[in-house]
Amino acid sequence: MSTNTYAYYPGCTLHSTAKEYDVSARAVCEKMGVGLEELKDWTCCGASSAHTTNEMLAITLPARDLRTAEKMGKPLAVACAMCFNRLKVTEHELADKGKLEAVRALVGGDFSNTAEVVHLLQILYERRKTMAISKPLKGLKVASYYGCMLVRPYEITKFDDPENPQMMDKLMVTLGAQPLDWDFKTACCGASLPLTRRDIVLKLSHRLLAQAQQLGADCLAVACPMCQFNLDAYQEAINQEFGSKIKMPILYFTQLAGLAMGLSPHQLHLDKHIVDPMPALKNKGLA
Amino acid sequence: MVTTTAVTPSPVSDVRTFVEKQSGQRIFDCYQCGKCSAGCPIDYAMDLGPRQIMRCIQLGLKKEVMQSTTIWLCVSCETCSSRCPAKIDIARVMESLRILAAAEGSLPAEKHIDLFHRTFLNTIRRYGRAHEFTLTATYTVKSRNLFANLGLAKTMLSKGKLAIMPPKVEGSAWVKNVFSKTKSTRPENPTTVKAEGMH
Repeated sequence: MSTNTYAYYPGCTLHSTAKEYDVSARAVCEKMGVGLEELKDWTCCGASSAHTTNEMLAITLPARDLRTAEKMGKPLAVACAMCFNRLKVTEHELADKGKLEAVRALVGGDFSNTAEVVHLLQILYERRKTMAISKPLKGLKVASYYGCMLVRPYEITKFDDPENPQMMDKLMVTLGAQPLDWDFKTACCGASLPLTRRDIVLKLSHRLLAQAQQLGADCLAVACPMCQFNLDAYQEAINQEFGSKIKMPILYFTQLAGLAMGLSPHQLHLDKHIVDPMPALKNKGLA
Repeated sequence: MVTTTAVTPSPVSDVRTFVEKQSGQRIFDCYQCGKCSAGCPIDYAMDLGPRQIMRCIQLGLKKEVMQSTTIWLCVSCETCSSRCPAKIDIARVMESLRILAAAEGSLPAEKHIDLFHRTFLNTIRRYGRAHEFTLTATYTVKSRNLFANLGLAKTMLSKGKLAIMPPKVEGSAWVKNVFSKTKSTRPENPTTVKAEGMH
């Protein structure tokens, strides 16, 4: 990764429910001298719905965005873990010449599937030694939660160990925080089921939040808007359902990086979360 | 539940041929070790576990597979796929079964999940990007569960995290077009898929 400027694909949620991810990602990258040029007129990758309904649709929707990045001649930085996964799968599937031909006809001819897709966590991880840490997150116990979409399937995302990834943990060490060793780094939170089978989301999210709490985590670090939403927005419902008393802030790794680099809670939109992270941060003298 | 005594395994199975073609996975590579079911976070809520689904496909039990809740509850977390010692992408198999269900218009065992995904795709078709407000509102009305998400929606609105106005992108016309063009590339009807022999 020699480039300093990336084409940037925020994905749909970063314009609404995950606004703080977008804001903190841009702020941190600016501070690090990494340019993010948002793809012009990007469209949805199809998320968790297209690929279980129509395969051609599922590889054509992301291909349009891959084509835009290819034309910009820059690697494509992706924030949302789900988008990252779908873009990677598409890149992989289009190695098949027949599929590439079919997709090319739909995205408008000149497209060779050469754009390199990287996740923001990879960018920060690889540049972690160059980060100017002015306010180390001393004493902050962080449970790094990678979820599913970054690490699986490894053959396609080529991200990190799918059972025990380390990238976010090592980034947390650089930030001065204390990463926790725990069981649920890559366990599913319930994904796209909150509106349809809320009971499953509550159960799966509860078991991982409960262990993080038991281990004394001050917060979870996440890289996926869907995970963030499930774990943050449904925590009250989880407590009601299981009689637990969990108050676990769910922060994007970019927000934690921003804090350590001296950005203010306001600049990082820390007030956007349902579970207020300020008490935990103040408790450690970090805000 | 599937009992082996009640089953006559068919030498050529329709559903298997379709799944293998659609997913590129070799169904008879599965030797029923059960690692997929052991690791599946949602196995507890499924009527047939992933291992049972694999066995049903091997045996050509199309009805059992298509009527299972499994193919709808799977969220493609890929835990099974990444652990399968036979290197079968089982999540991909589940995905192909849903594609088959969509192609055949079969009645989903988890109709709300099916409704959610269809509503989601309709939102993209309309705006070119997802729009949570439209999605939640439409889904809520269609699923006739009007108050389930009210409290949370209010909280999200008060946090300024739920955009009310839908996104406006030039690419939405292209997206609409792709939706209609890819309709014709639906998977072949499995009943017309040429039968292949056993492995």
